[in-house]
Amino acid sequence: MLSTLFFFAIVVSLFPLGIGPETQLLRSIAPGVVWVAALLASMLSLGRLFANDYQDGTLEQLLLTPQPLYFIVLGKVLAQWLVAEIPLVLIAPLLGVQFDLSKETLLVLFVSLLLGTPVLSLIGSIGAALTVGLRGSGVLISLLVLPLYIPVLIFGAGAVDASIMGLNPQPNLSLLGAVTVLSLIFAPWATSAALRISLE
Amino acid sequence: MDWSQGGYGFYVWGAYLFALLAIGGEVIALTMRKKQILGQRKSAEEISKGRNNETTS
Amino acid sequence: MNLYKYASPVNFYPLAGKIIPWFAIPAAILFAVGLYVGFFVAPTDAQQGDVYRIMFIHVPAAWMGMFLYVLMAIYAGVGWAFNARLSSMMATSISITGASFTFLSLVTGAFWGKPTWGTWWVWDARMTSTLILLFLYVGFISLQASIDDPRRADRAGAVLALVGVINVPIIYYSVQWWNTLHQGATIRILNKPTIAPKMLAAMLIMLAACWLYSIAVVLVRLRYIILEREQNAARFAEVTA
Repeated sequence: MLSTLFFFAIVVSLFPLGIGPETQLLRSIAPGVVWVAALLASMLSLGRLFANDYQDGTLEQLLLTPQPLYFIVLGKVLAQWLVAEIPLVLIAPLLGVQFDLSKETLLVLFVSLLLGTPVLSLIGSIGAALTVGLRGSGVLISLLVLPLYIPVLIFGAGAVDASIMGLNPQPNLSLLGAVTVLSLIFAPWATSAALRISLE
Repeated sequence: MDWSQGGYGFYVWGAYLFALLAIGGEVIALTMRKKQILGQRKSAEEISKGRNNETTS
Repeated sequence: MNLYKYASPVNFYPLAGKIIPWFAIPAAILFAVGLYVGFFVAPTDAQQGDVYRIMFIHVPAAWMGMFLYVLMAIYAGVGWAFNARLSSMMATSISITGASFTFLSLVTGAFWGKPTWGTWWVWDARMTSTLILLFLYVGFISLQASIDDPRRADRAGAVLALVGVINVPIIYYSVQWWNTLHQGATIRILNKPTIAPKMLAAMLIMLAACWLYSIAVVLVRLRYIILEREQNAARFAEVTA
């Protein structure tokens, strides 16, 4: 949603303001900055993943349907990814221009986020499910999920970093892809279990 | 034993001081928790005793 | 003898009380012995001088942090799968001790790093992974602290701990990857030199001491958790008199 998008853009822009406009320096911090901003922006939208359905009772109903919860969760995560993460992926290259990244690097940035943001949604959904209905769940989700995001951050930013240094981003992107596939298979299962625990 | 640890005494003894604080702190936190639980039980008992006295008046 | 009755928290309470001294006293003795061997018997290291003696607490603390996390996840998982309250309570008790050791290993690592490499903190694979482990502990403890219903807290913690424990190898691998990419082979920490037998002896004795201490402290905390949670259980009053 739009607020997540603006948050992402603002956070990315804060770093040059905090660090200085020197091009060389900005180019070297760009991968980390954009990726961390994406992580934080994702955290904002995750709190809403189950909150509305919880409040109006829909979530309880979803747990009672004959459809496996796994696919229902997958559907909700897909929706969150399309609405909250895809805008980040699309705007990231534009923000990358602020850091004087080359066209090839901007492409790698785009691809890395395209591959990595599903993991943010998938693992984030586990945190959202565990904290349904709790006070202060927003910050709590961050505590739970940010450590689990670290591999994605390392491989995603690593790919962009490799591109900046003229190296092949493929190894990092492959590892990132592997994490995405693993998350796709296992995360909805953990989220389903967490939802049942939170709602019984 | 060389008490100054070859000049590195601050680091060696500093590290072990933190170890003492961590382990000691954990033990102290447990004793404080025990006191808190016992205190709660005492006041709960006194409340229920007080209620029993009321019913016989 | 029916052992299954000890699966009930109320029945386990007095048993734990009897066990604790058998771990607490040997722990104190082994700490004393380990420190003696470490400071009076083990020789000064040829390369690192006397600073290496921090290892006698740093390495056991780091290992305890890791072992206890896995143990915590196992107890939490068993407590969830078999609906065993006592097992979940163990996990909650272990989490505090594990976090404490992990934090201690970071601090002692810093005290070792400053004289050795000149900085209090180094982003090497080991320290970074230990820091992330501390974050995982904090997440578990915070989650359980935020949930009022004890059984929901038990089970939610189990999911988080299991997700965490599965992720730990992935996180560790990715941190290693990150470290080699950014530092290359210029810094090699603890290049696996052969360790003198007396140094190894001190380290193992301290590790054993930490294990015994952990068991004692976890059981003590477990008893307090039982006191706090089992007020309504049958025989609670007579067992906890």
